[in-house]
Amino acid sequence: MALKLMKGCEAISEAAIQAGCRYFFGYPITPQNDVPEYMSRRLPEVGGCFLQAESELAAINMVYGAGGAGARAMTSSSSPGISLKQEGISTIAAAEIPAVIVNMMRGGPGLGNIQASQGDYFQAVKGGGHGDYHAVVYAPSSIQETCDMMQRAFDTADTYRTPVIILADGLIGQMMEPVELKENPNPTMPDKPWAATGYDPKGTKPRAVLNSLYIETEDLNTLIDRLHARYEVIKQKEVLVECYNTEGAEIVLCAYGTVARVCKAAVNELNEKGIKVGLVRPITLWPFPTEAVHDAVAQDSVKGVLTVEMSDGQLLEDIRLAVNGVKPVEFMGKAGSIMPTTEGIIERIMKMREA
Amino acid sequence: MAVIFDRTPVLTDVPFHYCPGCGHGIVHRMVAEVIDELGIRNKTAGVAPVGCAVFMYNYMDVDMYEAAHGRAPAVATGYKRVHPDHFIFTYQGDGDLASIGTAEIVHAAHRGEKITTIFINNAIYGMTGGQMAPTSLVGQKTTTSPYGRSKEHCGEPIRMAEMLSTINGSAYIARCAVNNTANITRCKAAIKKAFQTQIDRKGFSMVEILSPCPTNWGKSPVEAMQWLEENMIPYYPLGTFKEV
Ligand SMILES: Cc1ncc(C[n+]2csc(CCOP(=O)(O)OP(=O)(O)O)c2C)c(N)n1
Ligand code: SF4
Ligand SMILES: [Mg+2]
Repeated sequence: MALKLMKGCEAISEAAIQAGCRYFFGYPITPQNDVPEYMSRRLPEVGGCFLQAESELAAINMVYGAGGAGARAMTSSSSPGISLKQEGISTIAAAEIPAVIVNMMRGGPGLGNIQASQGDYFQAVKGGGHGDYHAVVYAPSSIQETCDMMQRAFDTADTYRTPVIILADGLIGQMMEPVELKENPNPTMPDKPWAATGYDPKGTKPRAVLNSLYIETEDLNTLIDRLHARYEVIKQKEVLVECYNTEGAEIVLCAYGTVARVCKAAVNELNEKGIKVGLVRPITLWPFPTEAVHDAVAQDSVKGVLTVEMSDGQLLEDIRLAVNGVKPVEFMGKAGSIMPTTEGIIERIMKMREA
Repeated sequence: MAVIFDRTPVLTDVPFHYCPGCGHGIVHRMVAEVIDELGIRNKTAGVAPVGCAVFMYNYMDVDMYEAAHGRAPAVATGYKRVHPDHFIFTYQGDGDLASIGTAEIVHAAHRGEKITTIFINNAIYGMTGGQMAPTSLVGQKTTTSPYGRSKEHCGEPIRMAEMLSTINGSAYIARCAVNNTANITRCKAAIKKAFQTQIDRKGFSMVEILSPCPTNWGKSPVEAMQWLEENMIPYYPLGTFKEV
């Protein structure tokens, strides 16, 4: 299929539709408005439904309702709106409902700014809402990768009955890149016998009770154990990571999303000069590619690790946990939506080599 | 032996957990009877609230959601958009609907969402132990208005039925009470009409039901019925506010 030049937000929306998403609920916020705008045009054409909710709180609860009813449903927002969704994400995780949530991160805290940022890493990866749960978190670094991820995101959500977060940033949403969209007129959907699709007491399908309340301590514990067991399987089977020129590297960079692209440019430039540096790019932030990071940095050749972020050091904590002290870990990053430059990264690497 | 009173088929065989004299149980039964009588059981789902009726999913023998506090109308919206030929109701208390969930209920009505809301106004936060609700009466003593609700301090009780009836998307809005048999009969007719409004795809429908909470009003069940009649009904007039 031919490549098409598309804006990130629109490409993601189309990829979601190709993955079987037929319901979208959202509230406008920059820099992701092209997602609801695209969905409002396209979903009616494929027999789906777009609804502009009165708030992000309502939007995520509509996703709960639609996902609970057996449909593939999605919402998207940007940082402040994602904060409002946390109550719903926690509910959806507990009620074991599949859902896909796109966050085109912008600068925070508070209203922050409207430029790309990576400040919501902790919120996405470490919980965000209350209670013992996880969401699967994908961190795409190009528009093509985001598109390819949407099918996987909906499949993962359905397979594990879990919320899935696409943690992209305003750059992914706003820039244009050539993409190849896989057309899928008849996406396959798994059976959902647990969904609310109507209950006949004479039938075989059990009555659906979609619930996040387990008032007895033992019952809540049973739920958490069930979720935990599922999380263990996810950790075994769903980790995605790119290790780029890490073999025999002297310095290993760690970065995700659009920042990883800048890092890759630095790696390429240095590699050309014969300087051995590589990049570990987590594609799933949860489950985290702990082993891949550890293996890459534990090589004898590695002198140091540099984590690069567009935030104040959040990925850094997971990198440190994965490195587990075997090599020194340094941090380079700025909040306020300041993208690190190739030159800046190269300069920093050269300093690390001298040390 | 002739059976003269039995459990409605749409209720499960689980005893209600409600206090003696509570209105929730009466209303549950009526909702179940209406679903049964309209023959819509296999296509009906409900959304339970956060409040004393939080366990409603244990009692109603239909597909059920439990929603976060106040969000039931949004959850019902999601369901209804996926299954437009099915029926869905939300069941919400006054803290749930008239305080934390005002945005969700107003906008469900505003969209003319084809859902039915059963709104239990007991002028109190029952589940959390008797705090002031937006519907608590002026002068009413609660655990967070120990000197009596003051209108200067926190306004006058909110009249949701009147307010929602001003919204174009509302197709049927009524207020009823469960303080005596005549009113209970009227209440059931109103619930039926609300579901029929949804079946006829006319728009949003809601029945507000004045309902006693003897436990947190500090009254016996009989005193509570009297208090409801003497204090709530004068402020919250019964009747139909909107019918299209
Ligand atoms: C987000 C959130 N805030 C607060 C609560 C605590 N809470 C539980 S029930 C309730 C009040 C319920 O009162 P109402 O809706 O009037 O129902 P009733 O118990 O009177 O039937 C509150 C505040 C909660 N569960 N979730
Ligand atoms: S506390 Fe009040 S509303 Fe709750 S069950 Fe008891 S009487 Fe009913
Ligand atoms: Mg109440």
